[in-house]
Amino acid sequence: MLTTPSDAELVARCRRGDAEAWNALVERFSRYVYAICVRAFGLSRDDAEDVFQEVFARVYERLDELRSDAAIRPWIAQLTRRLCIDRLRAGRREVATEEDALDEPAADETLAQLDEAMAVRACLDAVGDPCREILDRFFCRDESYKTIGEALGLPSGTIASRISRCLGKLREQMEGRS
Amino acid sequence: MRLVVEMTGHDEERLAALLRLLPPAPAGWVEAAQQLPAARTVIDSIVARAEADAAYRARVLSDLEAALEAEGHEASPSVVAALRIRLGNG
Repeated sequence: MLTTPSDAELVARCRRGDAEAWNALVERFSRYVYAICVRAFGLSRDDAEDVFQEVFARVYERLDELRSDAAIRPWIAQLTRRLCIDRLRAGRREVATEEDALDEPAADETLAQLDEAMAVRACLDAVGDPCREILDRFFCRDESYKTIGEALGLPSGTIASRISRCLGKLREQMEGRS
Repeated sequence: MRLVVEMTGHDEERLAALLRLLPPAPAGWVEAAQQLPAARTVIDSIVARAEADAAYRARVLSDLEAALEAEGHEASPSVVAALRIRLGNG
């Protein structure tokens, strides 16, 4: 069985110029960066895309500045948070408004939940397929039973029970790590 | 935007709510960010030339996209940002 590389392993491989590791790192953190931009800070799609690309460019160019390879997630979170705030402040200067101050405590609360969600995703990776794919399609991609059934070659009438079983496995995995 | 996820244990409803917080980023954004290693040689070349030639550096900084395109490389947002960072302007 293939094991999922840890964050630290991925970062170490990226430092050595491993392009596949970079692809995996972007894949692993893309949802996190995206969610910070749109859920925590409510950026528009255009602003979110700019921040998203800026975050990964900085991570790529400044990976050597990271003191601990395992600290990549808080580093990315901090970088994204700062760029989102800069973007919002710049936008507000342009429209010269006094109202609608940045709600940083609410954003920080959301960030804490996104950290928890990333921990759940790590456990989902550990559970592996087919549960990973079924739960991702249903909860993250919002696909219907019919679409999931067609994509995975499963009767759509069995998808609900599979989701339930897979959530049970995910819960066991979460409890095993805590 | 406030999120409502009850923080009590790891019951299955809560796990589902947490999973919903992380939908995939648009595929094109992810692919653009994954192109950074392929742009490294071009960026290295532009930076080396800019370090040796102040006038070239000024031209590059005034139009990063044009500098990349002149080297035959697509000026995607992530690559433009990486070049700006390498030139110490980001």
